[in-house]
Amino acid sequence: MGVGLLPLTDVLAQGARPQVLPGREALSAARWAMVFDSRRCREGCQDCILACHRVHNVPDIGDVEEEVKWIWTTSYEGAFPGRQHDYIDGLRSKPFVVLCNHCANPSCVRVCPTRATFKRSDGIVMMDYHRCIGCRYCMAACPYGARSFNFRDPRPYLDEVNPDYPTREKGVVEKCNFCAERLAAGIPPACVEACRDGALAFGDIEDPGSEVRKLLNSGHVLRRKPELGTGPQVYYIV
Amino acid sequence: MLTMLEKAFTGSRRYWAWLLLLLILTGAGLICYLWQLDRGLSITGLSRDVSWGLYIGQFTFLVGVAASAVMVVLPYYLHNIKEFGRIAIFGEFLAVAAVVMCVLFILVDLGKPSRLLNIVLYPSPNSLMFWDMVALSGYLLLNLVIGWNVLESERNAVPPPRWVRPLVYISIPWAISIHTVTAFLYAGLPDKHYWFTAITAARFLASAFASGPALLILLCLLVRRFTRFDPGRGALQKLATIVTYAMIVNVLFLGFELFTALYSRVPGHVHSFEYLFLGLEGHGRLVPLMWTFVALAVVALVLLLNPRTRAGETTLAAACLAVFLSIWIEKGLGFVVAGFIPNAFGHVSEYWPTLPEALISLGVWSIGFLILTVFYKIAVTVKEEVGQ
Amino acid sequence: MRIYNAPSIIAGLLVLIGLLTFPFWYNAGDVVAAPEPSLDTPVLQGLQDKQCIEPTPYMRSKHMELLRHWRDEVVRKGKAIYVASDGREYEMSLQGTCLDCHSNTDQFCGRCHDYAGVEPGCWTCHLQPEENVP
Repeated sequence: MGVGLLPLTDVLAQGARPQVLPGREALSAARWAMVFDSRRCREGCQDCILACHRVHNVPDIGDVEEEVKWIWTTSYEGAFPGRQHDYIDGLRSKPFVVLCNHCANPSCVRVCPTRATFKRSDGIVMMDYHRCIGCRYCMAACPYGARSFNFRDPRPYLDEVNPDYPTREKGVVEKCNFCAERLAAGIPPACVEACRDGALAFGDIEDPGSEVRKLLNSGHVLRRKPELGTGPQVYYIV
Repeated sequence: MLTMLEKAFTGSRRYWAWLLLLLILTGAGLICYLWQLDRGLSITGLSRDVSWGLYIGQFTFLVGVAASAVMVVLPYYLHNIKEFGRIAIFGEFLAVAAVVMCVLFILVDLGKPSRLLNIVLYPSPNSLMFWDMVALSGYLLLNLVIGWNVLESERNAVPPPRWVRPLVYISIPWAISIHTVTAFLYAGLPDKHYWFTAITAARFLASAFASGPALLILLCLLVRRFTRFDPGRGALQKLATIVTYAMIVNVLFLGFELFTALYSRVPGHVHSFEYLFLGLEGHGRLVPLMWTFVALAVVALVLLLNPRTRAGETTLAAACLAVFLSIWIEKGLGFVVAGFIPNAFGHVSEYWPTLPEALISLGVWSIGFLILTVFYKIAVTVKEEVGQ
Repeated sequence: MRIYNAPSIIAGLLVLIGLLTFPFWYNAGDVVAAPEPSLDTPVLQGLQDKQCIEPTPYMRSKHMELLRHWRDEVVRKGKAIYVASDGREYEMSLQGTCLDCHSNTDQFCGRCHDYAGVEPGCWTCHLQPEENVP
């Protein structure tokens, strides 16, 4: 581990060889976070969803009971249950993009019996599809309904396949991964890149100079179910 | 040991017919399970919103039945209640069969059962499910070893070996722990309001100590009916007392939950109860079932509280059946499903098991009863030979 | 110890042993050709230096360990680059690196895996290049 961090030249001089290295262009952060600006999100637009699902080969099962989704839109009432007000009309029809919150204190990680879902040092809550036994305990633990289970083989339900990313198989749980594979290649998440209205921002929340940090002070910011102590890292400007 | 096992291979026509029936039901379940392995859990009624259903509900219920062996072991070994000496073995073997069913229900629920050993390869002490596997495996071993050795000693008319006693003492808190751990699976999940309460663990224990001994009473009555071994009226009456108190406490705890929900009217607390007993937003699939549970519980309590109906063995049997079925409904289905309703977005998605799901469950129950029948046959034969 | 029905028991045991050891003695003495993974892919044909990321004997015996190491490094530790024993760097990716050259998975991976009767278990998730999909 320590060897991997030394500059390559120093190590070669010593005669040892690092076995693995992080990607040269990899983006890194202390804690990745996302900000959704509801003032900019256009009703009826599906760009972020389509981009994510295309890049990650997320199947379109067609049956709402067994659907697999990494990112989708819901109403204010759906995103913030119990916080809606009967007499505020403005929020009623506004779309809110919801996805895995990559919590700082994730209840899903706490309950996984094999650590197939785990928290990376940069804050991303990852899935290891090789290890998942499909017990769905994480789905019960997630307060946000962010996780989907492959009730059947997803392959027949893929319209176009992205050859650069694997699919999953029946029997495992999946969810948004904050595009960890894209971050490793130095590019932002697919949803953030796809949004033409700039409603999604992504960055290191612990970096005072990051876009996400600055956005937090630009409007009324909410998080979903903060009282649960999960520390969600998707922030909503209402 | 072999001469004990041998006793399972001699039996009446009825014995073999019963085993054959169980094998057929197991076979039907197995065929459905093979289909589930091929097609995935899509063949069940589970959904993205209600991701645990009948399988996990049955597992939850059966852990309680398994834990209830302690209600015979504790009075007998710690307090010398002599009457339980005759039936302790039946409690222990019931625990063995129940734990096997628990593990099987987990197995059939897994999306990738071939990766089951990952729990052992990558132990995760942070996860209650890991501890549940540890607790269940340990409890299975304990009851197998204790039960077998005690029975064998009885057969040889010698006292059990000295090392059995510490194992018995360990099995007592261990029994409490298996069901507490199972309750903790649920009670530690934020935002599943129906489950997220400290009394869940207490409810689990109370319903376990009602449903398990109730089943044991029924099984003992069957043993008396079909074999020459009489478990003894004293043992059955003492068990009946335990069932009565446990059922009272169980209903009381449910009442406590209802008060907190209905008096405060906090939506998170109320909604699941509303769904179960009244229907929520036009969805009420479980309502008839839950009122059946209520009716059965009332019948059970009436029969159990009245000393005459508790003493009369036909009425006692009816009461025990009512206890067992009512808790089976409430814990084996209602509890798990209601936790997911409404979902994280406040939306109601209903669940009902499919036929293959039910057949697989029936298959697992058949395997459990197969094990139970075989072990009970051995125990009864030994006791008959020894002249009880 | 007295064995009841000895003739039938012994006969039955012999039949059982015979059945259990069937795969061994039925094929005894047969000559079966060793599997030959095919290297006939456009990318491999175009390579000057036909060298995998590590020497062939190493790959043959350790590729499963290597892949497991890669998946833990990529998925669990966020690493991306593998430095081979000769110092060359490769992206740790089954689909991206390995299958770039070995795009004929059925004639490459499949040949040995079919022979050994060991399911690779990769293709339910990792995408095989078009030519392998029936």
